[in-house]
Amino acid sequence: MTDVVATNQTILVVGGGISGMTAALEAAECGKDVILIEKNPSLGGRVSQLYKYFPKMCHPTCGLEINLRRIKANQKVRVLTMAEVASITGDTGNYSVNIKVSPRYVTENCTACGDCRDVVEAEFDDEHNYGLKKRKGAYLPFFMAYPQHYVVDPRLIGTADADKAKSACKSNAIDLDMQEESLTINVGAIIWATGWKPFDAQKIQAYGYDRIPNVITSVEFERMMDPTGPTGGKILRPSDGKEAKDIAFIQCAGSRDRNYLKHCSRICCTATLKQTTYVREQYADEGKSTIYYIDIRAIDRFEDLYHKIKADKTVFFLKSKVANITQDKATANPILHGVNTEGYKRYTNSHELVVLAIGMEPSIDFNQLGVNLTINEHGFIENDPSNGGMFGAGVATDALDVNRAVQSATASALRAIQVVNQVATAEG
Amino acid sequence: MSNPVTVEKYRNNFLREVEANVEEGDWVKRCMQCGVCSGSCPLGPHWEHPPQELFMMIRAGKRDEVLGSSSMWMCTSCYNCIARCPRELPITHIMHGLAHYAKRLGLSPKNQQTKKFAQKFWDNLSKKGRVNELKLGLSLYFMNGFMEGVKMSLKMQKVGLGMLKTKRMSPFEMLGGHGCKDSKGLQAILNKAREIEEAKISKFQG
Repeated sequence: MTDVVATNQTILVVGGGISGMTAALEAAECGKDVILIEKNPSLGGRVSQLYKYFPKMCHPTCGLEINLRRIKANQKVRVLTMAEVASITGDTGNYSVNIKVSPRYVTENCTACGDCRDVVEAEFDDEHNYGLKKRKGAYLPFFMAYPQHYVVDPRLIGTADADKAKSACKSNAIDLDMQEESLTINVGAIIWATGWKPFDAQKIQAYGYDRIPNVITSVEFERMMDPTGPTGGKILRPSDGKEAKDIAFIQCAGSRDRNYLKHCSRICCTATLKQTTYVREQYADEGKSTIYYIDIRAIDRFEDLYHKIKADKTVFFLKSKVANITQDKATANPILHGVNTEGYKRYTNSHELVVLAIGMEPSIDFNQLGVNLTINEHGFIENDPSNGGMFGAGVATDALDVNRAVQSATASALRAIQVVNQVATAEG
Repeated sequence: MSNPVTVEKYRNNFLREVEANVEEGDWVKRCMQCGVCSGSCPLGPHWEHPPQELFMMIRAGKRDEVLGSSSMWMCTSCYNCIARCPRELPITHIMHGLAHYAKRLGLSPKNQQTKKFAQKFWDNLSKKGRVNELKLGLSLYFMNGFMEGVKMSLKMQKVGLGMLKTKRMSPFEMLGGHGCKDSKGLQAILNKAREIEEAKISKFQG
């Protein structure tokens, strides 16, 4: 049984990505008790799936490591993974939250040696790599996973593989009888740091994501660059596994489009500028990036990055929202059709790989959650007084880059602290 | 906040005219020039100015070039542009609205084939409230001169006879033909509609 001590002076943070970790740590480092819950088996969130951050082009593993060290060092933060909010009742300063904890089938005795992974045969799509590769049925979500414990996929339970995994474990850490748990905790304030998910590219029918193998999304492109990722750090075409050197980036794939997402996802322009540096990193002057855009929204200090990329001779900017994509049968190259609005020239351009700069949407449909939160027309949380002691943090509140998400998370921590301080004052 | 005076200053006369007088014309200012309509148009390569360029020309006040263009007459109403427009502009309808407005003002290009057909169709239909296919067909054959018409009629002979045989077309349509119950009433409706529209257009002062 998972034992959690919580009072109405505790802050609950929902979501263990960069925003949730930040909010939890900021509050805990101010001396508040925090419970941080994460749906997945590991903390880290979307940021752990990136190769580099813009604009400084450093690796997220670095920031992740710092945050994990802060969490390990802080006794005020209690982390629950594979945990989701089931229901919430109560009001500001006194919420009762029912949390559902899914079984990991692996106890804290796990030393992450990998013996169970080696004996298990069943393979499943690797969520961390957006299904671009397979993982074993007993697995570590990714190499920096926290907690550093393996997971047994629930689809393995009842098969011979599960028993093999159990008998291979030297630390006796596998418990196949683990059950789903339900626990109810009392908290004073709640921070929603539930983050985002990439817009479903299949919905943009004209771009053929579901039928042209060499059309991929920007999040998949990030995974390709990871040395431990599905392609071992190389940009390989899904159709034939050959290196792609001539790459097209399509902006506003899903964003700023009333047929899909009405809002501007704000990060995609800068993310694409960043990704052109990946092409340069791989091929130096041999690579070629072409950016199809409506307008480049690289705001404030990212303007510098934009000018730097503009000066790169291997990067081309073409002002056009691509009308549709077809595929050349012989080469499997995607062919982009449209009109260059600078001079109104019609084009039919063939590229080796197309990357859709996919939009961000909230990972949760808050309206279906049955919680009294103010949600705007784009599905994000509006920080509104009627939310009481509940606050949005990071991408749960708007499409934000990492930097702004962290700022938003810090702000939400401060708001939550004020609520639990009031509770403390009232109770003397 | 935007200053309404400045906004008015930059919204030139022609854009205002289009907003006031062209069907769905008030959408034109919402175009963000992404180009997806032009790229999606199956007839795009044959247009002088694709939709998004027309919208920019309207905003730039190029009245003669826009209304004198044959471009909007090329629209086949496939609705690709409407389906893909990220701002949900009714582009097809705006094209027809522009064509209609240009024709009303007498500014549309001479000898534009679509325009000619549209006029013949309308004349045929509005007379009795029903399309007389025999007369419409013949008037189209002879649209480009007597000799062309004879040639065309001979070419289409088989189709015509087939339609007669299967009773899809009656030769008696030549003698007046069928119509709606109250064609006089229809004329009154159309005249009133014309009156209303003309009053609306004459009201626009620029």
